[in-house]
Amino acid sequence: MAMEVTQVLLHAQSIDGAVRKNAEDSLKQFQEQNLPVFLVSLSGELANEEKPVETRKLAGLVLKNALDAKEQHRKFELVQRWLSLDGNAKSQIKACLLTTLTSPVSDARSTASQVIAKVAGIELPHKQWPELIGSLLSNVHQLPAQAKQATLETLGYLCEEVSPDVIDQDQVNKILTAVVQGMSSSEGNTDVRLAATRALYNALGFAQANFSNDMERDYIMRVVCEATLSPEVRIRQAAFECLVSISSTYYEKLAPYIQDIFNITAKAVREDEEPVALQAIEFWSSICDEEIDILEEYGGDFTGDSDIPCFYFIKQALPALVPMLLETLLKQEEDQDQDEGAWNIAMAGGTCLGLVARTVGDDIVPLVVPFIEENISKPDWRQREAATYAFGSILEGPSPEKLIPLVNVALTFMLSALTKDPNSHVKDTTAWTLGRIFEFLHGSVVDSPIISQANCQQIITVLLQSMKDTPNVAEKACGALYFLAQGYEEMGPSSPLTPFFQEIVQSLLTVTHREDAGESRLRTAAYETLNEVVRCSTDETAPLVLQLVPVIMMELHNTLEGQKLSSDEREKQSELQGLLCGCLQVIIQKLGASEPTKYVFMQYADQIMGLFLRVFACRSATVHEEAMLAIGALAYATGADFAKYMPEFYRYLEMGLQNFEEYQVCAVTVGVVGDISRALEEKIVPYCDGIMTQLLKNLSSNQLHRSVKPPIFSCFGDIALAVGEYFEKYLLWAMSALQSAAELSTHIAGDDELVEYTNSLRNGILEAYSGIFQGFKNSPKTQLLIPYAPHILQFLDGIYMEKDMDDVVMKTAIGVLGDLADTLGSHAGSMIQQSVSSKDFLNECLSSEDLMIKESAEWAKLAISRAISV
Amino acid sequence: MAPHDIRRPFKRAAISDQQKRRELSLLRQAQNRRDAQQQARCLASSILSLQSAAPESQPEQSDIELETVPEAEQESEAFSKDLDVRQASKLRGPEVRKWFARQLMLPEWMIDVPDRLAQDWYVFARPAGKRCFVVSSNGTTVSRQRNGSILHHFPSALPAGAKIRDGSGSAQSYCILDCIFHELDQTYYVIDMVCWNGYSLYDCTAEFRFYWLNSKLEESGACNAPSHYHKFRFSAVPVYNCDQSGLHAAYTGVVPYAKDGLLFYNKHALYQTGNTPLALVWKDENCSQFVIDTDGKGEIPSQQQVVLELQDDRKLVTSDDPPVLFGCLDGDIIEKSGLHTGNLLRFAIGDGGLSFVDGKLEKADLIYLGKSNRARAFADSYSKGFQLKSL
Repeated sequence: MAMEVTQVLLHAQSIDGAVRKNAEDSLKQFQEQNLPVFLVSLSGELANEEKPVETRKLAGLVLKNALDAKEQHRKFELVQRWLSLDGNAKSQIKACLLTTLTSPVSDARSTASQVIAKVAGIELPHKQWPELIGSLLSNVHQLPAQAKQATLETLGYLCEEVSPDVIDQDQVNKILTAVVQGMSSSEGNTDVRLAATRALYNALGFAQANFSNDMERDYIMRVVCEATLSPEVRIRQAAFECLVSISSTYYEKLAPYIQDIFNITAKAVREDEEPVALQAIEFWSSICDEEIDILEEYGGDFTGDSDIPCFYFIKQALPALVPMLLETLLKQEEDQDQDEGAWNIAMAGGTCLGLVARTVGDDIVPLVVPFIEENISKPDWRQREAATYAFGSILEGPSPEKLIPLVNVALTFMLSALTKDPNSHVKDTTAWTLGRIFEFLHGSVVDSPIISQANCQQIITVLLQSMKDTPNVAEKACGALYFLAQGYEEMGPSSPLTPFFQEIVQSLLTVTHREDAGESRLRTAAYETLNEVVRCSTDETAPLVLQLVPVIMMELHNTLEGQKLSSDEREKQSELQGLLCGCLQVIIQKLGASEPTKYVFMQYADQIMGLFLRVFACRSATVHEEAMLAIGALAYATGADFAKYMPEFYRYLEMGLQNFEEYQVCAVTVGVVGDISRALEEKIVPYCDGIMTQLLKNLSSNQLHRSVKPPIFSCFGDIALAVGEYFEKYLLWAMSALQSAAELSTHIAGDDELVEYTNSLRNGILEAYSGIFQGFKNSPKTQLLIPYAPHILQFLDGIYMEKDMDDVVMKTAIGVLGDLADTLGSHAGSMIQQSVSSKDFLNECLSSEDLMIKESAEWAKLAISRAISV
Repeated sequence: MAPHDIRRPFKRAAISDQQKRRELSLLRQAQNRRDAQQQARCLASSILSLQSAAPESQPEQSDIELETVPEAEQESEAFSKDLDVRQASKLRGPEVRKWFARQLMLPEWMIDVPDRLAQDWYVFARPAGKRCFVVSSNGTTVSRQRNGSILHHFPSALPAGAKIRDGSGSAQSYCILDCIFHELDQTYYVIDMVCWNGYSLYDCTAEFRFYWLNSKLEESGACNAPSHYHKFRFSAVPVYNCDQSGLHAAYTGVVPYAKDGLLFYNKHALYQTGNTPLALVWKDENCSQFVIDTDGKGEIPSQQQVVLELQDDRKLVTSDDPPVLFGCLDGDIIEKSGLHTGNLLRFAIGDGGLSFVDGKLEKADLIYLGKSNRARAFADSYSKGFQLKSL
């Protein structure tokens, strides 16, 4: 029943576009006409030793794509389709795939491995194809090397595809035994050993039980460590990858091996080829990640009941680890700072040094300072750069008391190096280091300021000068200015930057116009810095921020002039529009925050809105989001007058709500609906039908990212509060959506992430109830809400009993109890008195130390006492 | 299987500015939502607290009974009341008018001399100008007139009145002052202090409030000349005991402001919102230039006017509690002019004036002029009508 696909597959790889297109259409047609036959034919092609290797590979690839897709929704469809496929066809396909594993053609074997893993990924969770692992492993010892290698590779892919709970421990043991034996030094064939090592990387997640058993763990660790000494570089690299994975998955089991691992990694970092050395450094970076997490979570004091104790591996290794990392800093590549994708041993070593500083704090300082002093003024640029990079790396972690004396000495030197050092690489790192100094040691958190009136002027002069340097140096200078400005936030009415404000803004705008501003993300950095300078500005400079409005508007206007753009130009245009809309958003939010500046700013509102609408008309997702964010800020500043923009703006609002693929855009738009509701109040009524319909649709969709759903509920509340009793129209639908979500959000057990999501969902639901109840207050239709009250009280009981709500939910929940009493009055009084936990809940909130909770509770108490008394 | 990518961010900030913008937007939206929710709630609780405040202010409620109320509860009452005023600064439209109209303590016209005037009362010359609530909080200061409209939004040296980084700017700190803004010297004359630096004075006697006002206002620097972070000068007014010399000083004494009558405050009275007989106002041509109503151009209309509220049964009443009946309106006029219950109507007092029998109003000669200005929130009080008659 199979059909001939070779010819079509060959054509599908033709260089002739028309032929290719034709072939692709035919393949599509086959697939639609008779899927089982089509898939069987593909597997037959893949298994057939007489067919050309290209068509075999392509057949496998098409087969693989018929089983899996990146997009979640599509993936689900494909899984369902495979599960319901004719059983005979599936057996034939699987048989072909397994046969191909023994093919002499390596591409065919490798393709079959991947397809088998995809099928397993679908079938094993459904308890289908139970014989797969057994049949893969049954004769692995007797197989010729090629087939053995393919089998191990298949196991690797399979472990990547399938979750550990799907495979029982007996089979896991068999897989691990086969893999670890394949890795051992007694395995003579390099390809087999490499495949086994790579398979172990994926299988480590299955080895929970085996790592808890001392003997088994010792054995696995010994084999992995031996593999790091293999003569084959790819095997050494793969073995170090395993160590990196073990460092995070089995951190708490590492103590017996850490000394050996240090020796192995140190040797690799100093002597081995770069890909291996990079993995060896990554091992220590990964240990730092673990220890930073543990120390952060427990705040440094350990009690016996902590989940994972900190073993202080980094602290113990410090005297040897730091010198090893410092050596790597001297191995820079020329021009690495101009290459976006660069990643080399010096970069990895410096990054690791920064993590070590965050892990151990003050202890690192005396180990690094001699290196800095030794190298910082050497004639070789590598030494100067390495010294500067070392200094920059240790600025986060150690205490300000330890660092500030160093910084006070170094600052003048750095400022001079930034202007005078002949080497661009040194200047790049110097500017970056200045940025780190300002980020971590400047601002209200630090007691003794490193920046005085005396050197402020010099710092700014040097940074503005450096913004004219090569793009990578200028970008770092912008970054330094960003943190300099940030440090002066909340400095009070007068900022030391005020005298320079005009000059700084002018310099940043000049940077955005540089011919080469597209390199090293310079233009983006300049706008981001401009945003931060505006955000942190004070009333003193408000007139200057106002002057910036028409300037940025003109820039945005200019992006709209270009006609007939190529796709490359279009992308650049939309990126620039995003930056400009972002900048306007920051300005609007700044000026809108105080009455006098808002009043003056409003003269531009019409024109700005006009520009945003034109940006929407260009249709590009990223701009869409930035313009949408800016419009939210504008709606808040404009208030009820925003109504005049609604007729034109509405369709973009709807478009944003429909954008499921880019859920960030959808989420931002939902937030803007809230802004507009508050701004327009009852004037939003004409648009409510459309908005509510779309929001309800979004809630019921499987395609929409779940993180957007809680804000949608909050948005119900915003709308209800704005339109009052008019919300009656949507009451039934909204309440039923809320009710089913409320039921889902109680009785949930899961990991931290799920608890967090559940709380955000509860908060959204509760905010909706609050808005609805307050919206209906004092209306003759209040009684429409009475039937929902028992359920809401039950919901509140439920979350109170669960004991896993966070402070935000607690505050909102007790508020809802008050809203219920406030709006329903005596109707609610008796229900509240009878409810299981209202009284306890209220008392708990009244004695809360959180002021917001207390405030809500005081209010709820007042409302309830009235509801009960009448 | 390819090697796994282990590149880490290099020389990069951990968070993008776009992400920062998103997060700041979310924060702003959450704050706005909280504010909107608070607004909706405080409208209710202001009504609640008015209802529950009424019995409390009655003198027959003894001290003993007050003491039995747990301390925490008293605190919370005061707290929610203060909160209302602060939050209400953010209200809009007719709601704010309604709200603010009920928050100020409003004097009645002095139509007879209270007992123990000399012992129990203060007197001071009322500055001419706009009566307003001045609220300082969160680093800004807002003044609102009786109808709720914003007079000024400005930085001031009041605690929490400007964005200055010193200890006083904490989130919990705020002030509410009862003021009259005097145009001529651009000064806020503080005639009463309702809250100071987060401390509520609602339930304090006038004696204490005036003492506190005089000591704290000066201390804060609010009486200093205007500067960049202190846009308007504040000033206390000289307050006298109501004895012979005090009355004389208030009546004839020279003050830096134009006088608009004399205010009498009972020393033992708490700050009570709305009309109260424990604060009284007296005007005559010697102590006020506004002894009679003037129109928008400052000219004296040919007839004195009064604003009354139309009730269900066509009755016209004052804003007093209980309302005093001034007359009835013809069904005819109501229909023709499309009037509704609750409308505020302006009347001229005709040649017949007001006639009283046994101290009670018997009949008033009222001439309907039209609906009152929309910015107006409530009717005149009975005592205004009474004083008009006495002129």
